[in-house]
Amino acid sequence: MSAVHSRNKPPRVGDQPVFRRVMIGVVLILGALLILAPLVVIGFEAFSKGWRVYVETLAHPDTRHAIMLTVITALVTVPINTVFGVAAAWAITKFDFPGRRLLLVVIEIPFSVSPIVAGVAYLFVYGLQGVFGPLLEAYDIKILFALPGIILASLFVTAPFVARELIPLMQAQGRDLEEAATSLGASGWRTFFSVTLPNIKWALLYGVVLCNARVMGEFGAVSVVSGNIRGQTNTLPLHIELLYHDYQAAGAFASASILAVLAVFTIIAKVALEGRGAGRVRRPSLSAPPVSAVPAVEPKP
Amino acid sequence: MKIRLDRVAKTFQTFRAVRDVSLEIGSGELVALLGPSGSGKTTILRMVAGLEYADGGHIYFGEQDATDIPVRERGVGFVFQHYALFPHMTVAENIAFGMKVSKVRREKAAIARRVEDLLRLVRLEGLGDRFPAQISGGQRQRVALARALAVDPKVLLLDEPFGALDAAVRRDLRRWLREIHDELGITTLFVTHDQEEALDLADRVVILNEGMIVQEGTPQQVCRDPNSAFVTRFLGDANRFAAEVRGGVARSEGASVPAGDVKDGPAEVYARPGDLDWSTTGPGIAATITRVLDRPCGRRVVAITTGGEHLEFDVEPELGVRAGEQGFVTLRRAQVFAAE
Repeated sequence: MSAVHSRNKPPRVGDQPVFRRVMIGVVLILGALLILAPLVVIGFEAFSKGWRVYVETLAHPDTRHAIMLTVITALVTVPINTVFGVAAAWAITKFDFPGRRLLLVVIEIPFSVSPIVAGVAYLFVYGLQGVFGPLLEAYDIKILFALPGIILASLFVTAPFVARELIPLMQAQGRDLEEAATSLGASGWRTFFSVTLPNIKWALLYGVVLCNARVMGEFGAVSVVSGNIRGQTNTLPLHIELLYHDYQAAGAFASASILAVLAVFTIIAKVALEGRGAGRVRRPSLSAPPVSAVPAVEPKP
Repeated sequence: MKIRLDRVAKTFQTFRAVRDVSLEIGSGELVALLGPSGSGKTTILRMVAGLEYADGGHIYFGEQDATDIPVRERGVGFVFQHYALFPHMTVAENIAFGMKVSKVRREKAAIARRVEDLLRLVRLEGLGDRFPAQISGGQRQRVALARALAVDPKVLLLDEPFGALDAAVRRDLRRWLREIHDELGITTLFVTHDQEEALDLADRVVILNEGMIVQEGTPQQVCRDPNSAFVTRFLGDANRFAAEVRGGVARSEGASVPAGDVKDGPAEVYARPGDLDWSTTGPGIAATITRVLDRPCGRRVVAITTGGEHLEFDVEPELGVRAGEQGFVTLRRAQVFAAE
């Protein structure tokens, strides 16, 4: 019997003090090195040349334009993907139709495809040599290397965010509430706005916050389709990269600090929303009926 | 309002949930759809409500063909097993919902008065400001009923209304629902898999199996004169004996009972636990007691016949029977059906 067992209570599985300390230590050290240190560096480097350089960088027309462009992209993309997410979640959870499971998989594609692949794909669809290239050129419609291209790429990358927050929740809620509202005489719209929406609002907001953070931070896909034209098609992440390659480290970090602040607000919003029950529902499985409480392992007799 | 189902059918993918069911529910009647799970009872109820469309047949409300009228305009009150109360609305708001969304405009004060009346009807005065999460299951189901009644439905439909509640609450609500029905006289159809509930509550019981009606009638009719072995078994505990019918008498080992008009040949005899008597001397079916279960209202004896069949019967609480005792069982009354 070792000292651990001296109080007549055997430790719980995996609860030896040495093991516990090592695990917690490893996680803390890695977390500090990999996650916290870079954030702290952003703060230090942004102000390394003093307040003046920081303010000047942010006041520079190119930076201001990049911020503007990022905000506009978010203002267009987030509402569209919110509507898309609600519609997709609604369709998947409230109706039975052939291809329902396929749709569930399709919605997840942007998560598994590298954004740069999405960007290149857009290039081949809307580019000069692409499928619709000649047609678009004939009508003088600019999609690539312009705002529409940036928005399209952002739409692709952030399409799943709202839907995947709502689907598990709406699946758990079932159809009873909507059926009850309809049997009481409510129209489809009335049912949605007075019964469905109030019950999904926190999850919806959660999805919107995450979607917005991703839109503003998206680099890969946007970098391919925007053409990186300074002061014209540079979003904030692209602008940071350009500044960095121009050896303007302080400027790059100053711009980066904006995204970092955004990230902090996102996390605060996320935690606040989780406190209200959003983002806690398990992911639905592709085959099982909605939210079953089937134990993973059947006890053997 | 009278409801009539005329050869209504419903198939889910390949599962034939409801097969050509015809049924009439008289105006003001309280009818139970009773059956095991998968018998199609809930599907029938949902088709009457308009929550599910029939693949075939017609549903009439009075003389009007309601088969294709959407649920929104069908004018039914539907009560769900799990209440389906709107969790973000208070009890009063839940009850008022139907009146607020109605095409018939009502003044706020009128709606508030009606909500008060309904709260009184379901005996929940003073709970109007609570949220559904703050009241008990039985109270929630009463709110659900008040909400359904608020829109003055032509028909009240209840889907396993007491299924999620515990036994004592169920019994109270059952009696109370009967009282409300008698007071309002509204045509009511409810679904249950609980025989006792159906028999206690309904004017008429419709017993379903595999999407078809097996028997319908008053509780007295179905209890005293079940038309099949299925109905007998489903309505309550029954002991089964293999028997042989000859000339109107069913004979089993050690017992014989009149067989009515069952044809000669192999048959099954069913007897309720209360219809068996125990004696230590013959004649009768020789059996050995294996267990005695004590219950508040008597003693339930589990025995095994010499033929190896298990029996259950009730004896007087004072009777000192014990496991291992041997004796004889006689049948006081029984139902005989030709073997399936």
